[in-house]
Amino acid sequence: MTELARSRSDLVTEPTVISEEGVVTEVTGPARETAPTGRAIIPDRRGRTTRLLVTGLGVVAPSGVGVEEHWQSLLRGELRVGPIEGFDTSKYGVSLAGQVRDFDPDRFVAPQLKVQTDRWTWMSLAAATLAAEDAGYVPPEEAYATSVFLAAGSGGNEFSQHEIQGLWAKGPRSVGAYQSIAWFYAASTGQVSIRDGYKGPSGVVVSEGAGGLDSFGWARRVVRRGTPAVLVGGTEAGICPYALLCQVTSGRLSTAARPEDAYKPFDRRANGHVIGEGGAILLVEEADAARARGARHVWGEVVGYAATHDAHHHEDAAPDATQYARAIRISLADAGVTPEDVDLVVADGAGVPELDALEAQALTAVFGERGVPVTAPSSWTGRLMAGGSALNVATALLAMRDGVVPATGNVDEPVEEYGLDLVRQNRESDLDVVVVLARGFGGFNSSLVLRRAHEETP
Amino acid sequence: MSTDRRRVVVTGIGVVAPGSVGREAFWDMITAGRTATRRITFFDPSRFRSQVAAEVDFHPRQLGLSAQEVHRNDRFVQFAMVAADEAVADSGLRLGVGDAPDAPEPERVGVTLGSAVGATMRLEDEYVNVSDAGRHWLVDPRYGSRFLHQALVPSCGATELAVRFRAQGPATVVSTGCTSGIDAVGYGSQLIEDGDADVVIAGASDAPISPISMACFDTIRATTDNNADPEHASKPFDARRNGFVMGEGAAVMVLEELEHAQRRGAEIYCEVTGYANRCNAFHMTGLRPDGVEMAEALDQALAQGRIDGDEVGYVNAHGSGTKQNDRHETAAVKLSLGQAAYKVPMSSLKSMVGHSLGAIGSIEIAATALAVQRQVVPPTANYEVPDPECDLDYVPKTAREHKVDVAVSVGSGFGGFQSAIVLAKPDRRAS
Repeated sequence: MTELARSRSDLVTEPTVISEEGVVTEVTGPARETAPTGRAIIPDRRGRTTRLLVTGLGVVAPSGVGVEEHWQSLLRGELRVGPIEGFDTSKYGVSLAGQVRDFDPDRFVAPQLKVQTDRWTWMSLAAATLAAEDAGYVPPEEAYATSVFLAAGSGGNEFSQHEIQGLWAKGPRSVGAYQSIAWFYAASTGQVSIRDGYKGPSGVVVSEGAGGLDSFGWARRVVRRGTPAVLVGGTEAGICPYALLCQVTSGRLSTAARPEDAYKPFDRRANGHVIGEGGAILLVEEADAARARGARHVWGEVVGYAATHDAHHHEDAAPDATQYARAIRISLADAGVTPEDVDLVVADGAGVPELDALEAQALTAVFGERGVPVTAPSSWTGRLMAGGSALNVATALLAMRDGVVPATGNVDEPVEEYGLDLVRQNRESDLDVVVVLARGFGGFNSSLVLRRAHEETP
Repeated sequence: MSTDRRRVVVTGIGVVAPGSVGREAFWDMITAGRTATRRITFFDPSRFRSQVAAEVDFHPRQLGLSAQEVHRNDRFVQFAMVAADEAVADSGLRLGVGDAPDAPEPERVGVTLGSAVGATMRLEDEYVNVSDAGRHWLVDPRYGSRFLHQALVPSCGATELAVRFRAQGPATVVSTGCTSGIDAVGYGSQLIEDGDADVVIAGASDAPISPISMACFDTIRATTDNNADPEHASKPFDARRNGFVMGEGAAVMVLEELEHAQRRGAEIYCEVTGYANRCNAFHMTGLRPDGVEMAEALDQALAQGRIDGDEVGYVNAHGSGTKQNDRHETAAVKLSLGQAAYKVPMSSLKSMVGHSLGAIGSIEIAATALAVQRQVVPPTANYEVPDPECDLDYVPKTAREHKVDVAVSVGSGFGGFQSAIVLAKPDRRAS
């Protein structure tokens, strides 16, 4: 992570000159690196270019509340999957999940708002606060200048189960006034917008596990059309009896009783994944706007994105990885990089043998056999659906900052036939370009390309 | 013709609406000013405050869905499939029918499906079984469908459409509450503008007429209690209105890049010349009476097509029939269009087909596109007693022939979302 400017006064004394195209043309001040070349230039609708920087991270995940807590947990290799607490899971055949054990909603959510919202929204409100704090983002006077574009997966599950339970057990009058605003998929986006006063073009995308990456794609459309700052990412909270039962029917959850036997992506004993709660919210800003407000630091740049759909079957996996590989290829072309430029892939890591094989097929098709280091950090936390792909973006940016690839958790015996350079021990590596991948149940494939920000130094 | 941006046109429309399944039946119904609101038949509503809704008489097997498609999908997905079938057939595009030589490349076809509450009906029905009507918090999996994951996560709706039409481009469900239907079409347009697709199957669907949905709107008194006269229960802009009438349904549009459509000689309903949304950052359900954010969305959507307020020939209103909405929206339209607001006809379909949450935005876009094509504006049914604070031309009861070169459709939803989309006659700029 490089610091953009410590304060507005730094900006005044050390001006960074940006051309109309958003490319660094002249840099003054001490110890600055030269401008990078080959950067993707995204023309906006006026023919100008837009660069998207990630300037803030907020993490609420089984690995920790707070970005450094999450990162240290990954680096220590802590498996944060455990027996589901809070209810008896013996009927469901699935007993493990990645839970956010040290989450204190009262730290982030006012009592009055807390009673109106589901745990999923508490986590979004918390992650949005942490992202804005990390970015030093003070909402500008122009309320339309900030957007909220989150991914959702399953809505306000626990809140809703209580209300439906009450309705059927006691009748319509037992349904509280907040069900109408707590359950639906837009609840978290709406509440963040209202609490923080963000009036920009906002939205909610649902593409199961791919949603966290897709929110970046939509944020880019918003930024190209003139909104300088967007909160993206998302959270998930589906660990209550009914939501668990629903997820079990995907047929993709591990039924193992011990965490170390459960979610094992790319392993010979892969037998399904483990669900989890939480996620990440990130602040992305148009580069000029970030600089103009004196953004504290730049985590990295969003340089490429693409999404495809297998369009094969409502639940079966596609027969081959054609569309998945195509999403990766388009995102690389969009970023103006070649497969050889990519230093790391943060994989979807489904932990289902058939899906692992397909992902390996996509990766070897694009990067060649063992052509790029691959890690699947979700193995430490469980898969957080829409929140998980957002969390993987945060992890990728942390890896770039520290030059460390976090290992894939819980792998004993990788399937050698996959032909992957699967990172099994934390690996020091200079990371310039990182690709984050995600898939969603039903055939959604998304790929996001991140690049380390070079041009700014403290 | 300006070539600085890819232009988006509507080349296919499909509708599943209360009282009218199919585009032409829908158009006939709304231009006749007929209402489809009635006492709820899906369950016994007698314990509910609001007992009326606009229900679709829907027979999915007769409309071409297979037994398994019906079995695995919630009603909202079934609506979307039927509406999309009609829209795609209408467009003349050969999608999902094998390797027809004139078919668009599957990789250039996308899907954007809006839904506010997804599979809420199936989730509730299944919950009744697995919880034994709310008796057990620890639900019993032996009584549940094996398709509950698809019910939990509404992106299954986008998947069904992608598979059906072999759309291998970007696919997503858009879920911004009651503006989902405008936002899904708006996002679909942006995919084409930005070059990520040439064709997008864009629309929205919702099927919320279930006890939990009715109960949750009962408690905040958002829905009407005009139970004695269901056919006239939805009264947008009328001084006597006291809440919306729940509805259900779907509409799907085939969006296409202009030159792509022209090359194949497609019939074009209209061009999508602008789309914008804003948040009010005010309240999850409340609206400030000044309508500033909706006006901002409308201003921005008009500006994208370089359209002045006085060029607008029809305003398709959100017109939900709650006092705060009708006043908020009237103020917003005045703020954006200025004096022109007093001359432009503005009507609410919700008077006839109710408020189908996320779906209605797309149903309203379908009606607006047809209004542009046919130069007829649908009326606001049941409008009799003016509210002094709502003093625009709401097209009472009777459809009207009118010059509509440009039309706008606006929406407003829980969460504070405000959206606007602008449709124009395809040859407007050439003239």
